[in-house]
Amino acid sequence: MTRFWKANAVSLLALAIGAGAALAECKVEGAGNVAILSNDFEALRIVNTAAAECASDTVKVSSNATTEHKNIQGPALTANPAEYTVAVVANNSIVPLLNDGLIRPLDDLVAKYGQDLQPNQLIKIDGKVMAIAFLGNGQHLFYRKDILEKAGLEVPKSYEDMVAAAKVIKEKGLMEHPLAASDKPGWDLAAEFVNRFLGTGADLFKEGSAELNIDSDQGRLVLANMREMTAYMSPDYLNFDANEISKVWDANQTAMMVQWGSLAGAAVDPAKANPDVAANTAFAGAPTIGGGTIPGAALWWDGFAIAKNISDEDAAVSFQAMVHGISPAVVAEHSAVATWLVKGFQPGPTAEGVIANATGGAKAYPMQPYMGLLHTALSTELADFIAGKEEADQALKDVAAAYGAAAKEGGFIK
Amino acid sequence: MSTTANRMPGSLRLLTTVFLALWLVAAVFPFAWTVWGSFKVEPDFFSRTSFWDAIEGVRTQMQTGSAFTLDGYRGAWIENDFWRSAINTLIVTISVTVISLTIGTLGGYALARSGQRYAFWILIAALVFRAMPHITLVSGYMLPFFQMNIWGILPTTIIVLVAINQPFTLWMLHSFFLSIPKDLDESALVDGCTRFQAFRLAVMPVMWPGVITTGLFSFLLAYNDFAVTSMLLSQDNQTMIPKIASFLGSIQESGNVMFAVAAVVSATVPLFILVLFFQRQIVSGLTAGAVKG
Amino acid sequence: MPHRTFMAFIFPSILAMVLFITLPIFSVIVQSVFVEHEAVLIAVENCTPFGCSDQTTVDTEAMAELRAEKPLGQFAGLSNYLNRNHLAIGEVGEIFRTAPGFVAALGQLMNLPFYRALAFTLTYTFIVTPFAMALGFAIALAVNTLPRMARGPAIFASILPMIITPLVGSLILAWMFHPAGILGAGLQTLTGDPGLSLKTSAVLSWIVLLVYGIWTNAPFSFVVFYAGLQTVPQDTVESARIDGANRWEVTRFVIMPHLGPLATFVALVQLMDNFRVFEPVVGFSSEATATSLSWLVYNDLVSQDAQQFGSASATSVITIIGVIVLLLPVLVRTWREFNSKAV
Repeated sequence: MTRFWKANAVSLLALAIGAGAALAECKVEGAGNVAILSNDFEALRIVNTAAAECASDTVKVSSNATTEHKNIQGPALTANPAEYTVAVVANNSIVPLLNDGLIRPLDDLVAKYGQDLQPNQLIKIDGKVMAIAFLGNGQHLFYRKDILEKAGLEVPKSYEDMVAAAKVIKEKGLMEHPLAASDKPGWDLAAEFVNRFLGTGADLFKEGSAELNIDSDQGRLVLANMREMTAYMSPDYLNFDANEISKVWDANQTAMMVQWGSLAGAAVDPAKANPDVAANTAFAGAPTIGGGTIPGAALWWDGFAIAKNISDEDAAVSFQAMVHGISPAVVAEHSAVATWLVKGFQPGPTAEGVIANATGGAKAYPMQPYMGLLHTALSTELADFIAGKEEADQALKDVAAAYGAAAKEGGFIK
Repeated sequence: MSTTANRMPGSLRLLTTVFLALWLVAAVFPFAWTVWGSFKVEPDFFSRTSFWDAIEGVRTQMQTGSAFTLDGYRGAWIENDFWRSAINTLIVTISVTVISLTIGTLGGYALARSGQRYAFWILIAALVFRAMPHITLVSGYMLPFFQMNIWGILPTTIIVLVAINQPFTLWMLHSFFLSIPKDLDESALVDGCTRFQAFRLAVMPVMWPGVITTGLFSFLLAYNDFAVTSMLLSQDNQTMIPKIASFLGSIQESGNVMFAVAAVVSATVPLFILVLFFQRQIVSGLTAGAVKG
Repeated sequence: MPHRTFMAFIFPSILAMVLFITLPIFSVIVQSVFVEHEAVLIAVENCTPFGCSDQTTVDTEAMAELRAEKPLGQFAGLSNYLNRNHLAIGEVGEIFRTAPGFVAALGQLMNLPFYRALAFTLTYTFIVTPFAMALGFAIALAVNTLPRMARGPAIFASILPMIITPLVGSLILAWMFHPAGILGAGLQTLTGDPGLSLKTSAVLSWIVLLVYGIWTNAPFSFVVFYAGLQTVPQDTVESARIDGANRWEVTRFVIMPHLGPLATFVALVQLMDNFRVFEPVVGFSSEATATSLSWLVYNDLVSQDAQQFGSASATSVITIIGVIVLLLPVLVRTWREFNSKAV
């Protein structure tokens, strides 16, 4: 998997140097309607705006960027004709669309209009292209150079190193709570577990089925580490979600955390960040766990998919408009905004961590049809464990029970 | 009642004043704190170090060169087109209030005057309907709305909000109608009015306090709604609350909470005027000698 | 009132409620007794920007056939209601069979998501409702003694807790209760305990949620009671005073009976709204210590990646049943009032 990335990074650099980034005009063949449903953050707004350049007398382009997109997309694409022709999705949000067969294979369109796309942008399910990725994201290590230096420590390579480093920092009185993690019960807490579990190299499910596979040594190892880390966190760690730990970071109250690459830019933004902290903030790939070599953080992509319940004409213009929206020219202009997976992207310092994950062989967040149910079960059932109210065995048992009931309702387990 | 107040014994007077003062502080302080904080930057207002940052504005000084900043307001109103959401909210809340009250007063009046068993059962049914978590209802609407191609527009949301608020409106107005003596409309009927005329000419004039109060709640329900508006409106038609929610940030973007704070503060100004305006109606509405006991 | 006139008056209301509430409720009830078709899974190779791996996917064509045959899914009876994520009949039976004592059993019960949510929901409902009503009534009486000029601002100030949108209001209040926030730090100074954090202890975070509940619900009672006070017949009050009734007796025997129907109404609405408590749980980030039934529905439908409609429907129906049980005493009272009036 890493071969893709490395090969591309090299060829991309060459390309980026060679290609004079002239802003390509949007030329769309055919006529029709483009309606984009996406999440609401800056990189996607850029893509939506660029796609809107394709509007003409014959092509109508509209977009709806909303944080509720995950809840809207199902019914919106089920309707016939679908309300939206394009759904911007990620590893997790594409799953419901795949499960219900609401998006169409894009192989023909890629062949016809996808010259600017790179092979690794194609999300293939069973050999068919179902989505085109254009953004990468993931959690990776944020650390304070100054604190680690003062404590005489190396940059931690593993979650175990993080705990050991935290111990030293605390003992030397450099910081009261050297660690932070997004342990708030809910989506964030479940992501913490999944990240580390993927780092062990084990699979979350038994092969080829929806049966759970986390009641194992790896599962216990992960939970033990999660608990150990809380000892070095502020007692408020149960309220820590991704945004909250960014603020704790900015307030100079923690020295190491595994945080989203998409929030790295804000942490060192000279206009907003705490200057003392920002100057000493550095990024590295996600730590490994249990002596393994796989970075313990899931890789995420954002991409677009085209609705099934629309006319082929609409699908064709929608595809072309989106390809323009993520064209190398657009990306070149906004390269600092995110980690783009597009030809010609030159990673800046804030993309370092995500790229380190990818080159280090981190796994992608799983796209199994029942992954969402497991995530939900983890998000609620690990609450007592992380709060220190129950032990790992009980927590794993609870997760299995909650997941089992949900998977039965979903028809995945008999 | 002001005459009774004058005759209050000193100890009771003191007790009332202290209690009221305490309550008003409890009610106003968080809001006042918010207003104050809306002129600071986020690391000050939501300081991890000490609340004194919010008072002194350390980071605000550092970032903007002054202890107060309009950045929150600028960000919300100018950079993020908050005014567009404000207009949408205005349309939605006014429509919801007017429609709710119109059909609610008719229905509430009928329920209060019917005396039939089925009227009771309608009330109970309405009450039970109210128990349904809104999110469940809303997720049920989505597919039909998409299929009928009426999703995302303001009228759909207005009608849904009216319907969802209807049980409450009916109950509340029904209670108010019950407190108005039957003789009032019955004498109008005897005088040859139709039911509707009796309702309009005899009952409604003394119902204003009830209508205004219910209207206030309908207004606030529509105004504060998040479940319906966030799921049923497209971005162009977004109202204020989903807009404010979008300022709060996600794993993808470190939002700007101060935009949300500034937006909330500025959204309260028209409400202040509204309440001051209608407060007179509530107080003076009953002077017409409506209640004869 | 003749039936026809009644219908004419109430028709628009009924139409709106039937279309947008009754029909969806029926569909929710139907949905709650079905589960999804058994998924037809196939092993496939998935490729993403980060490499390829063997995974499973749903065979959508096979599923489409199944769905075309039976669009609702498989009939499951009450299994959605009884499974572990809801009433957990099996688990509860097991707990009471094996637990060493009642307290231990209760502790284990709190490990089940439904009962954990129910515990907080009921506590919240039964503490916040009476306190908020009493506080609201007291405020109404107090504001009513103010000179006319001062009432407008006092009313506005008093309903501020209700006006600030809960989304941001609870966020700001939660922040004020943070150890570095003005209230959190103030409490630390008051109690002399610098380690006191309202967010880390389960008991304290429940208290904060309850206080917030009372604070934000009192204005509703206040407004209704205040409006009601304006309709209290002055001559009755005067004559009671002349008959020698003291202030408390007037309040108890003239004002309170007059406000009786309004109090019933407020109690009904508040019980229901508090039973559906949701925003404070999210706003105060208290998912670790307190969840509620509405929060469970929200978690099934909105906040997660996979939407679980069957599960959410079952919880919603249980919520409705819970509200009916909760309101029964009030409903019976309303029924009696209604009957006495009908005669």
